[in-house]
Amino acid sequence: MAIPFSYNLRNLWTRRLTTALTVGGMALVVFVFASILMLAEGLQKTLVQTGSYDNVVFLRKGSTSEIVSGMSRDQASVLETLPEVAIGPKGQKLLAKELVVLIALPKKGSGKPSNVIFRGIDENSLILRPQVKLMEGRFPRTGSSEVMVGNSIARRFEGIGINETLCCGMRDWRIVGVFDAGTTGFSSEIWGDVEQFMSAFRRAGYSSVILRLRDSREFDQLKSRVETDPRLTLEAKRETRFYAEQSEMMAKFLRILGSSLTIIFSLGAIIGAMITMYSAVATRTAEIGTLRALGFRRGNILTAFLIESLLLGFFGGLTGLFFASFMQLITVSTMNFQTFSELAFSFTMNFEIVYRGMGFALIMGFVGGLLPAIRASRMRIVDSLRAA
Amino acid sequence: MLILKLLFRNAFRNKLRAGLTILGIMVAILAFGLLRTVIGAWYAGVEASSANRLVTRNAVSLVFPLPLAYRDKIRSVQGVETVSYGTWFGGYYIDQKNFFANYCVEPESFLKLYPEFIFSQDEKDAFLNDRKGAVAGRKLVERFGWKIGDIITLKGTVFPGTLDFELRAIYRGKDENTDEGQFFFHWEYFNEVLKKSGNHPWVGHVGYYMIGVTRPEIAAEVAVSIDQLFKNSLAETLTETEKAFQQGFIAMTGAIVTVIQIVSIVVIIIIMAVVANTMAMTARERIGEYAILKTLGFGGIEIAFLTFGESLVITLIGCILGMAATFPAAEFFKAELGNYFPIFNIENKTLLLDIAAAMIVAISAAIIPTRRAIQIRIADGLRRIG
Repeated sequence: MAIPFSYNLRNLWTRRLTTALTVGGMALVVFVFASILMLAEGLQKTLVQTGSYDNVVFLRKGSTSEIVSGMSRDQASVLETLPEVAIGPKGQKLLAKELVVLIALPKKGSGKPSNVIFRGIDENSLILRPQVKLMEGRFPRTGSSEVMVGNSIARRFEGIGINETLCCGMRDWRIVGVFDAGTTGFSSEIWGDVEQFMSAFRRAGYSSVILRLRDSREFDQLKSRVETDPRLTLEAKRETRFYAEQSEMMAKFLRILGSSLTIIFSLGAIIGAMITMYSAVATRTAEIGTLRALGFRRGNILTAFLIESLLLGFFGGLTGLFFASFMQLITVSTMNFQTFSELAFSFTMNFEIVYRGMGFALIMGFVGGLLPAIRASRMRIVDSLRAA
Repeated sequence: MLILKLLFRNAFRNKLRAGLTILGIMVAILAFGLLRTVIGAWYAGVEASSANRLVTRNAVSLVFPLPLAYRDKIRSVQGVETVSYGTWFGGYYIDQKNFFANYCVEPESFLKLYPEFIFSQDEKDAFLNDRKGAVAGRKLVERFGWKIGDIITLKGTVFPGTLDFELRAIYRGKDENTDEGQFFFHWEYFNEVLKKSGNHPWVGHVGYYMIGVTRPEIAAEVAVSIDQLFKNSLAETLTETEKAFQQGFIAMTGAIVTVIQIVSIVVIIIIMAVVANTMAMTARERIGEYAILKTLGFGGIEIAFLTFGESLVITLIGCILGMAATFPAAEFFKAELGNYFPIFNIENKTLLLDIAAAMIVAISAAIIPTRRAIQIRIADGLRRIG
């Protein structure tokens, strides 16, 4: 017969201060672990959601982001003649030629400049990005110096709002709208007419071309057609993959940072659990003797102490995850190393993070409790009873 | 002396617990020290920048160039001593993951402006005389096993095409703050290759100007007059000190630095919980002893001294061990992550912060147990023994 579960719970309650301190330490570890995983998850989610599976992005061969890519007008026109391009509602080819430049704008609060993506769009860009919705004002008119800004930009940067003007490229750009692109990277961009951007920033060509596939399965065919065409020095990628690649480096950095920190922290927490459990064993020597005398076996004692320690881990994990879930309310913005521009994203919790956080807490409890539990189960009845 | 002996005896009465606690503190101090060093590595560029140097770049952002013609105009500004220029090439060697900083520069003025790069005279001349020559830092050379005379090919990411160089010189840093992982080559050569590849907007343009001023005190004035010069032109400029320029980069990744800073505090809080736990147990076990001490006539202050002292003994031993372990750990990091953090040195400030953190942990962990020990009534305390 096993030792009743309530015995474990009561023991933890009797040593409230010690229990709370141990659980607190473990909760902090789980909190940090979960938060960093949530950060990496949020970053990837943001960038993956930015792309649509049926869209294809064309960049200059060898370029890693839109900023460093470039193609001539001729090359872009060749892409327009491809048979794989879908046809839009007005009978036009669903293909957008875009120009991307970086502009340094001062951030709210610190006033320090940070790089923001300026995307020159044509009339098809909005059809290709259905996730972009206007929140306020109107869309910029083609052929004018009007721009609209993403909502993350409007929140984080100085002097951004409807009817304000931005000054760069020897022009004043009037902000006429604020758009919401949900949790995508577009929310951290500023959009205006591509032809105006080209003349203002003195660019002779586009940065990238985005097109919608007529049939999603034709991607490989399109890719090989474009990449073998001697007129084109371009590379084709599905939009989803393109954006996923842009998050890879940062997400990897965050994951490595997160796991190495957590390993170090967990050592501290395991030691904490071990101290608690050893002292629990030491102060309850007589109790253990009594239990053995009553007929409980060594295995029962071992299990009881392990359960107690696992309970510590469980409560620690629960508390840590509880507080970590509040992190979802926070949005961070940082520079993405790969695009060199500002990107806003939120901490994102998912079930995998919950499992991993909880699993981690239980492992900490188990490792911390194993040695003390073994010591408890090895005590000899007579000696331990005499200790009273 | 006797007191000290008593403190040590008390601290190690339960050897297992004391050992575990010390181990915990050691790990925490080690983590804290490494995190501080990572933050230091982040700021290494700022530390290494000279007060004598200004950076001028396109006001719109770094991805826009400045015309080469600005050089002579900048040179005419009062207080300017040397003008050099360069462009971030951003190429990679063989594979994308072999990333390192590579720029093309105007070599003569560049070497004059950066006295912290130390060369042998022969190598320096060889580099200056060969338009396809390149210089690399000592650590970079070690990383790829290059030697003088090797042909190195860089493939451009920002710019189209590949460039071949002959390694002509290897530099050493003047002190440990100097980044020895950079690669420089002639701007002339870069410009020519770009010209051949067609009508690239960066032909005849540079990414930034590096300006040496005669005295650091006038740097701010010089910066203003340079920007004034190009106001309302096609490419307006933004001039700032090298330090501010480097800080601008860090500000953009500020969120990550903040995360590391918060985490380095969290690790201290975790260890505070562990030490507080140990001290709470110790005090609970010794309530009877405290009562006896009180009976003998010792006051609250002496008992407080005993508990605080014990906490300090345990924490400081852990702290010293942790500090000692930081050095080999940092060496390991340096070897593993040298590509990301070319400079990874433990500062004295970090060690001082280690000690400060340990003191804070020791004192705050002892507060509650001490209060209990002082408040216990003699009769109650003695009764607990029975």
